[in-house]
Amino acid sequence: MFRIVAKKELAPRIKLFDVEAPEIARKARPGQFIILRVDEEGERIPLTIADFDQKKGTITIIFQEVGKTTELLGELQAGDSILDFVGPLGCPSEIERFGTVVCVGGGVGVAPVFPIARALGEAGNRVVSIIGARSRDMLIWEDEMRNVSSELLVATDDGSYGIKGFVTDILTGVLSREKVDRVVAIGPAVMMREVCRVTPESIPTVVSLNPIMVDGTGMCGACRVEVGGKTRFACVEGPEFDGHQVNWELVLKRSKMFVEEERIAMERGGCRCQENARR
Amino acid sequence: MSEVRRKIIPTKHPMPHQDAKERCHNFNEVALGYDEDTAVAEAQRCIQCKNSPCMEGCPVEINIPAFIKKITERDFAGAISIIKEKNNLPAICGRVCPQENQCEKKCTVGKKHEPVAIGRLERFVADWEMAHGSRSVKKAKPNGKKVAIVGSGPSGLTAAADLALMGYKVTVFEALHMPGGVLVYGIPEFRLPKSIVAREIASIVELGVEIKTNYVVGKLGRVDELLQEGYDAVYIGTGAGLPSFMNIPGENLNGVYSANEFLTRNNLMKAYRFPEYLTPIRVGKRVAVIGGGNVAMDAARTALRLGAESYIVYRRSFEEMPARREEIEHAREEGVHFEILTSPVEIKGNEEGRVTSMVCQRYELGEPDESGRRSPIPIKGSEYEMQVDTVIMAIGQGPNPLIQQTTPNLKTNKRGNIVVDDTTGQTSIPGVFAGGDIVTGAATVILAMGAGKRAARAIHEYIQSKG
Ligand SMILES: Cc1cc2nc3c(=O)[nH]c(=O)nc-3n(C[C@H](O)[C@H](O)[C@H](O)COP(=O)(O)OP(=O)(O)OC[C@H]3O[C@@H](n4cnc5c(N)ncnc54)[C@H](O)[C@@H]3O)c2cc1C
Ligand SMILES: Cc1cc2nc3c(=O)[nH]c(=O)nc-3n(C[C@H](O)[C@H](O)[C@H](O)COP(=O)(O)OP(=O)(O)OC[C@H]3O[C@@H](n4cnc5c(N)ncnc54)[C@H](O)[C@@H]3O)c2cc1C
Ligand code: SF4
Ligand code: SF4
Ligand code: FES
Ligand SMILES: [Mg+2]
Repeated sequence: MFRIVAKKELAPRIKLFDVEAPEIARKARPGQFIILRVDEEGERIPLTIADFDQKKGTITIIFQEVGKTTELLGELQAGDSILDFVGPLGCPSEIERFGTVVCVGGGVGVAPVFPIARALGEAGNRVVSIIGARSRDMLIWEDEMRNVSSELLVATDDGSYGIKGFVTDILTGVLSREKVDRVVAIGPAVMMREVCRVTPESIPTVVSLNPIMVDGTGMCGACRVEVGGKTRFACVEGPEFDGHQVNWELVLKRSKMFVEEERIAMERGGCRCQENARR
Repeated sequence: MSEVRRKIIPTKHPMPHQDAKERCHNFNEVALGYDEDTAVAEAQRCIQCKNSPCMEGCPVEINIPAFIKKITERDFAGAISIIKEKNNLPAICGRVCPQENQCEKKCTVGKKHEPVAIGRLERFVADWEMAHGSRSVKKAKPNGKKVAIVGSGPSGLTAAADLALMGYKVTVFEALHMPGGVLVYGIPEFRLPKSIVAREIASIVELGVEIKTNYVVGKLGRVDELLQEGYDAVYIGTGAGLPSFMNIPGENLNGVYSANEFLTRNNLMKAYRFPEYLTPIRVGKRVAVIGGGNVAMDAARTALRLGAESYIVYRRSFEEMPARREEIEHAREEGVHFEILTSPVEIKGNEEGRVTSMVCQRYELGEPDESGRRSPIPIKGSEYEMQVDTVIMAIGQGPNPLIQQTTPNLKTNKRGNIVVDDTTGQTSIPGVFAGGDIVTGAATVILAMGAGKRAARAIHEYIQSKG
């Protein structure tokens, strides 16, 4: 069992947990993720390691409630425990002194960008961060991102904060204004695809794919993606890939594999205890 | 002796089964097991050979005549004690061992008649013990030495149990949230109930073995770190879990699963009880399973039970099928269809990216290939389309790569299997041993267990020799 030591609500339906997992905290690197299972009946879902604290022995996860499992997770309180929590999975981000790196985070994707931006800054890069959300109240970790970036730019779809528009609008401006050596983008698949359309092939553009996963150890192939025409298992060979090489259409289609079942799961009703009593 | 032989009933006592028409709609166990009287009667078919050739066929060295004799005396507790001297997973072996190629193949009675049903008898006494409460465990005196086992499949569990019985402090590291390896994620409930796996694993834990689940060696501690942290030896039993695909067009469409994904969703994650259990699975109306091994049979029979029409699509003929005869028979009885001498060349989908059909090609058999089986040759112009919504690839698994990638100096062959000394299981790194599917490639439960047993002995010798 893995105890939740702190819980914060960052925005409507976006929550943060610090989870006690000292062994994982010792090994975690930016770009890696964990897989958790809330309880005995639960499914296994992946979440990126948003931060890690070796001294406290904790892993920070930030998740958006988009379906049954994230909703059940969101009901847990500080002091409660998560049944299974395994990691750090996936390959760490490539951290080097590249020069100027633009880090783009959209929606809940700001969280996984944070440790990467921090590590890139520590490695001596100029880090320009662009974060975005639908509206001001949905924007997360603005201060954290500002602290680790040379410059922070913000976009909201409705213009309630920062510039009105998309992160790609700001990115286009930055690319025309200065020499950029690398772009890192994490967010919804459509956002990452658009970022890759904006960046020329000459600028390496790293994206973190989030296909459906089960084991996270390379054993099932549920997480197959196509990169450069080749099938790759994102859980062990990724989750980060060269965005210019990604077959985005496939990423989008495969994420809808279980939409019907996901709806049925939501209809199952909130309280597990009642269901157990009925059985 | 000749007097006894005259009385031998020529055939095994039949195994009672759940009716095929019933069982294709549920996940309850298919084979129901002998009752006491049937077990005793079957045990009486054994002629108690002095040289006991059956034992040569058992990789874990069970004293077969001795335990069968106890059954004839109705001393079932005595029978299970004899088995457990050598085998800590008898209820599992009694169910899934390919006995026809192991102990029963060597049985003297089998020369003229059907062999003694050794596996069924083993299952009977193991189940009898579970039903009548566990006997007290004799924990060994700790010898102060520690061994780490990577992977909790049958190989790792057997090594763990044997080492614990010799007094070692054993920790098993398992990547998944539940121990058992293929026994829990691969082999379906209707062949091997998970409650039985859990019981047998619990009896290994009672010997003092610690199992750490959710621990991916290589991502958390690496093998070299385990040695530095004070483990005197490491045993690697990480299995052959890497699914193969065919590299044909359309293989990444929604509705194409690896057998591993399909079976893991259903067995480990209990998707057949969705939405009570939250992991989804989708089968649609018609399912094609590609392959002819045990894994393919399990996937096809699972698909059937989830409500689909189920087809095995196999390149060669029935004769070359690597699956156990019994499994093929069970699948046919339940209504699985067989498209033999057939293989897909393309999978087609609709706009949403979902499978709608599979283009297949017919094959004929040519000369025997290096495996001794007649090789399949495609027939030109024989392409036809098969309407399916789900395709399950069951064409084999490669070695799990994580340990090899994170353990420098660990020698592997070109397929990625760990190279070991055949008799000891010693790898190219001192103090690091390996066995089971990670060494042999996908094989059987009992061979993986035999390797675990041999390695346990070699680990004991290695640690003693270091003083
Ligand atoms: C490597 C990786 C890192 C991720 N990091 C984060 C993160 O830091 N924060 C965050 O909020 N989300 C993250 N996700 C996405 C998160 O896993 C899904 O939102 C979650 O699984 C949805 O589960 P659900 O039951 O609540 O919703 P559902 O209604 O079941 O699913 C909603 C959508 O989520 C996707 N999804 C469903 N099941 C899975 C699964 N088992 N694995 C992956 N995706 C699935 C599907 O596209 C689905 O349509 C990450 C995904 C991956 C692969
Ligand atoms: C569907 C199916 C049906 C089968 N049916 C039969 C049958 O009827 N009879 C029979 O005899 N055989 C059968 N087999 C084959 C048999 O199950 C295997 O040969 C046997 O399980 C191999 O045992 P193992 O201990 O070597 O590996 P596995 O059982 O594969 O166990 C390996 C374990 O190691 C874990 N692991 C891997 N990497 C790591 C890591 N880095 N850190 C920690 N843990 C790790 C895995 O999660 C897994 O739990 C079947 C196989 C399948 C897939
Ligand atoms: S473990 Fe397998 S090979 Fe050994 S006696 Fe039992 S069924 Fe036969
Ligand atoms: S070979 Fe057959 S008959 Fe002889 S002891 Fe073994 S089980 Fe009995
Ligand atoms: S999630 Fe199973 S192989 Fe990647
Ligand atoms: Mg879900």
